Amino acid sequence: MDRLRLTGYAVAQLFLAVVLIALAVLWIVGGALVVVWVGLGILAGVVPATRWIANLHRSMAARTLGQPVPVPYRPIPRGQGFFAKAGVVVADPMTWRDLAWVFLAPAVGLVVSILVLVLLLGVVTAVIWWFVTPPLMTARAHFDRFFLAYSRTEKLEQRVQALTESRADLVDTSAAELRRLERDLHDGAQARLVALSMSLGMADAAFDEDPERARQLVNDARATTAAAIGDLRSVVRGIHPPVLADRGLAGAVEALALDMAVPTAVDVRLGGRPPAPVESAVYFAVAECLANVGKHAHAEHAWVTVIVERPDSPDGAAGPEVLRAVVGDDGRGGADPAAGTGMLGVMRRLAAFDGTMSVSSPAGGPTLITLEVPCDSSSPRTMPSSAPA
Amino acid sequence: MRLVLAEDHALLRAGLIQLLEGNGFTIRHAVDNAPELGQALLDPEVDAAVLDVRLPPTQTDEGLRAAIAVRAARPGFPVMVLSQYVEQLYARELLASGEGAVGYLLKDRVSDVAEFVDGVRRVAAGGTVLDPEVVAAVMARHRDEPVDRLSPREQEVLALMAEGRSNAAIAHRLSITEKAVAKHINSIFTKLDLPLDEDDHRRVRAVLAWLRL
Repeated sequence: MDRLRLTGYAVAQLFLAVVLIALAVLWIVGGALVVVWVGLGILAGVVPATRWIANLHRSMAARTLGQPVPVPYRPIPRGQGFFAKAGVVVADPMTWRDLAWVFLAPAVGLVVSILVLVLLLGVVTAVIWWFVTPPLMTARAHFDRFFLAYSRTEKLEQRVQALTESRADLVDTSAAELRRLERDLHDGAQARLVALSMSLGMADAAFDEDPERARQLVNDARATTAAAIGDLRSVVRGIHPPVLADRGLAGAVEALALDMAVPTAVDVRLGGRPPAPVESAVYFAVAECLANVGKHAHAEHAWVTVIVERPDSPDGAAGPEVLRAVVGDDGRGGADPAAGTGMLGVMRRLAAFDGTMSVSSPAGGPTLITLEVPCDSSSPRTMPSSAPA
Repeated sequence: MRLVLAEDHALLRAGLIQLLEGNGFTIRHAVDNAPELGQALLDPEVDAAVLDVRLPPTQTDEGLRAAIAVRAARPGFPVMVLSQYVEQLYARELLASGEGAVGYLLKDRVSDVAEFVDGVRRVAAGGTVLDPEVVAAVMARHRDEPVDRLSPREQEVLALMAEGRSNAAIAHRLSITEKAVAKHINSIFTKLDLPLDEDDHRRVRAVLAWLRL
């Protein structure tokens, strides 16, 4: 039974080898013609075709080996221009491994597949077929996996690279954040307290000779105190909003929506409270998105949904839990995530939790910003570092 | 008037006791945490409460929760909630906990002693006193029916009513006569379809409509 299935793969791979030869030719033609643009059009068709065939071989290899062979391509951004997508494809190392495989696989495929078929059809040789087919097809699957999937070491290298980058970004972001706090305190509350102390000192001196002036100075001092308190309040809001501490993400997002000039619907469905750092990162991300809706979108309505899901990974197993927040508006669209420093800060902050942000904002709207953060509570990476006392 | 006072900061608590007792209030219970506050609010002899939102043990919003709980157990019990921050969300929850007799102010408003004491009295008398910062946030919100029907002047009057101002104070603030204020208020009641009732309740309802509750 198993041998028949493997032989079926051999037949499929025989035909696919022919298609791969055609693809290899198209790669060469397309590559050569890139200089006169026509090649780009050819490659735009060849790349998805290659990926499709490679994915067929991945699933056959996975079944033959009894191990998952994941689809390793970098996600192609939706709702963006041709060149942005092409950039991602070109920068993806798997594109080039696919290419190498396209040139080598037909030769290997033809040899292995024809051998298996001939042995079976040669009746007398069927005994040999019985013994040889499993190791041959397994070898073929190893060959495919070698090219079409990253090895454990490569995956770890990629992970280290990503972690190094996101850590450097995070250090930059928090350093900038500390500088901003220092400046806010220095120019705000601290300066006002100095002025307050001066007013009180002058009032003290004026008390006996000019009580009217002293009273005026005390009143000034009170006004300065109020302003200093206001400054401190806004600084604290920027660090950790009290409503987030009190009510968690659901209440805090609702509070954000209430402060919006644009009517904003909120739908938050969380099983429990996500880890505190995730909560905070998502809160500030949603706050930044909503602030942009208020400033740029010219929208009539906006909405925020926050849910926790456990999506299925491509190889069928249940993946880790993901917190997904979507901020949408019916405004004029055309939002560019790279334009504002605010959104870049949001992306960096999310990246520290392996979170991602994607923007879909065609001209004329609607704009949809999707934030995804893995938030498995069992992962030590996202354990709350400071549980509320 | 006998009050419960909840404030966990010793300095502020002492200051508030001094300030309130100096203005004719009696502090029956002055507590610094939520469990003791719950006990104090069971005392049938107290007339009103002045509460800080954030109290031990969890330092989140137990003052607010206590306010809502006591108003569920004792309908119409006057509560003035003080906080370092004001949130529209909390204002809505407080207002939804019963008709009137509720106040929500930033702590620093206490520095204007006369106005703060007046606010506590208004709340004790069944009125609604919202912090100008909450009022400003509501004003900034884009809104539609039915408050859109109000003229800009009427909206100003309504905002000041939400802050708990008397007709005289509104007249003074807008530099118009008290008679004109009364006219605006009547027009607001009519436009918001508020039935004839005791004056204070209509004021409260107008404010609730304005907050879209």
